[in-house]
Amino acid sequence: MADITSNLPGLTYGPATYRSPVTERRGTRLILIGLTILLLVLFLVLPLVTVFREAFRAGVGKFLETFQNPDARSAIWLTLLVAALAVPCNLVFGVAAAWAIAKHKFPGRAFLISLIDLPFSVSPVVAGLIYILLLGTNAPIGGFLYENFGIRIIFAIPGIVLATIFVTFPFIARELIPLMQDQGTGDEEAAISLGATGWQAFWYVTLPNVKWALLYGVLLCNARAMGEFGAVAVLSGKLRGETVTMPLQVELFYNEYATVAAFSLASLLAGLALVTLIIKSWLEWRYGDHLAPGGRTH
Amino acid sequence: MELAIRNVTKIFDGFTALDNISLNVRSGELIALLGPSGSGKTTLLRLIAGLDFLTSGQILFGDEDASAKSVQERNVGFVFQHYALFRHMTVLENVSFGLKIRPARSRPPAAEIRRRALELLDLVQLTGLENRYPNQLSGGQRQRVALARALCIEPRVLLLDEPFGALDAQVRRELRRWLREIHDATGHTSIFVTHDQEEALELADRVVVMNKGRLEQIGTPDEIYDNPVSPFVFSFIGESSSLPVKITNGQVWLQDRTIGLTEPNAPDGPATLFFRPHDIEIVDGCGGCIAGTVVASRRVAGTKHVEIEIGAEQHRVEIELPVEHPAATRSRIAFRPKKWKVFPASGEPLYHTAPAPAETHPATMLGRVAV
Repeated sequence: MADITSNLPGLTYGPATYRSPVTERRGTRLILIGLTILLLVLFLVLPLVTVFREAFRAGVGKFLETFQNPDARSAIWLTLLVAALAVPCNLVFGVAAAWAIAKHKFPGRAFLISLIDLPFSVSPVVAGLIYILLLGTNAPIGGFLYENFGIRIIFAIPGIVLATIFVTFPFIARELIPLMQDQGTGDEEAAISLGATGWQAFWYVTLPNVKWALLYGVLLCNARAMGEFGAVAVLSGKLRGETVTMPLQVELFYNEYATVAAFSLASLLAGLALVTLIIKSWLEWRYGDHLAPGGRTH
Repeated sequence: MELAIRNVTKIFDGFTALDNISLNVRSGELIALLGPSGSGKTTLLRLIAGLDFLTSGQILFGDEDASAKSVQERNVGFVFQHYALFRHMTVLENVSFGLKIRPARSRPPAAEIRRRALELLDLVQLTGLENRYPNQLSGGQRQRVALARALCIEPRVLLLDEPFGALDAQVRRELRRWLREIHDATGHTSIFVTHDQEEALELADRVVVMNKGRLEQIGTPDEIYDNPVSPFVFSFIGESSSLPVKITNGQVWLQDRTIGLTEPNAPDGPATLFFRPHDIEIVDGCGGCIAGTVVASRRVAGTKHVEIEIGAEQHRVEIELPVEHPAATRSRIAFRPKKWKVFPASGEPLYHTAPAPAETHPATMLGRVAV
């Protein structure tokens, strides 16, 4: 490239001074990069470091002691249980919604796309309140279930799971829709023209084509499911050892001035988020072509 | 497998993509659906495959009405324009997919499937590449995998949508010859869609020319080229020039003079004269000929393309002359078409070299070959 530019009149840059026309000046670049790093440190790295520092301030022994606390233990188990229920549900819903929207044309399709985004735009607290109104023991549906079957939804585990499903619903669908739309229906048509049933076309062709995006969506969904606070706080009733998830337990500890315990549990949450992030980055690095929307390999 | 298409109409949201199409395909025939984009040729192919459903009419596979059958039941081999190879499967897995997914009772044993797939890869000259993935193949190789995959299910009909559309000119020509050989070797009834007339005329047993959702003409490549039945076919296939003329008592008049061409069957009135630029003879004195002024001349490979402006209305036509002909710009030149046709003027724009589809109504055939 340097050869070409050096032949142009007025451009006598040698290879060392060659500058791409779309690159900014050195000063501008340094300011932009500096600002970004400053913001990252202030808003992301510092809080994270603080969480871990507070957790270990009284030593490793105190840190580990937190996890002997029965409330903390039950919170961890509940969080894992909720994620284990919510993520598979959203896996099925997300794939079904993405499949319907990306591969089929039907009236109301655009509306459905907006509807999928609803959990992103509605405040989680509002979502929680809606469930109380619908499923509380005084509400028609909730009352019916409680009186006839003795099933409590609100202030119990089913409510927490429902709230988590609601809040994390868009993650998988949102990840799949652009990719599936971009891939079109050509591969599925090829499969059915070769005699495949709709289910076979989905299983052998559609799903393998989106598997990395799907995994990525599951990771994001899982991270959010474990960290959800607002909607779960409204629905859980905060019965210690029963309906308290990790983020709620962190708040309870903190309000009781059990700072070390609060930050120890918080560091575990942060650690889980970091692991998710690392897996996600590794996936991006390893299978970048498959993940990026439009990243067809041929 | 014989194929009959009877009065097929397809309407998409009020837009008539196919208008009352009827077509019979003989067993073992290689048919080209030729037309500009938007002519409905791909729609017809997809209807035959069952990838779209027809609005009215019937599609018969042999004696069996396939109109309401699903794609899977029709058992057709479909080669997609962009191949639609399964990118996460190897070449061998792609080719054997159609057999592997069959229910256990009709599925050949695994060893047999593998043998068949390898045999087909040999037929399409891809032996040794069976473990590659589609993105490790060139365009021409992918095309051949797509064909092998379609052949593997022993289809009753082979359908190809713009099979060479995405390939460069060199590979296209090679694959064209090769597809003909494969067709002759396997004997499948095949239909392919193309917008490339050279491809259609060279490859097909019969060519179906389509325009605006209608059939313009069905015939062998020679019939289509030598005996076009409508202004559209005349101008779409091959090189052509046209002039607005008038018919009076069977005489062809160009403005205020006859040009020595007679067409006894033509009704009186305005008409359009068509001829091929190379099917002309240069005449000296002009008693009954077309005369005009040379406005441009281009040398194209072995011939000279000369543009001539005719009469006060300055209609331009192109003729082909030998390279050594001395026609110079602004010199007068007189010629007479050797083969020609007149169609009653329809007032519709014609399809010469412009890429966009032009509106034409099927006109009654009135031309004849002047001997």
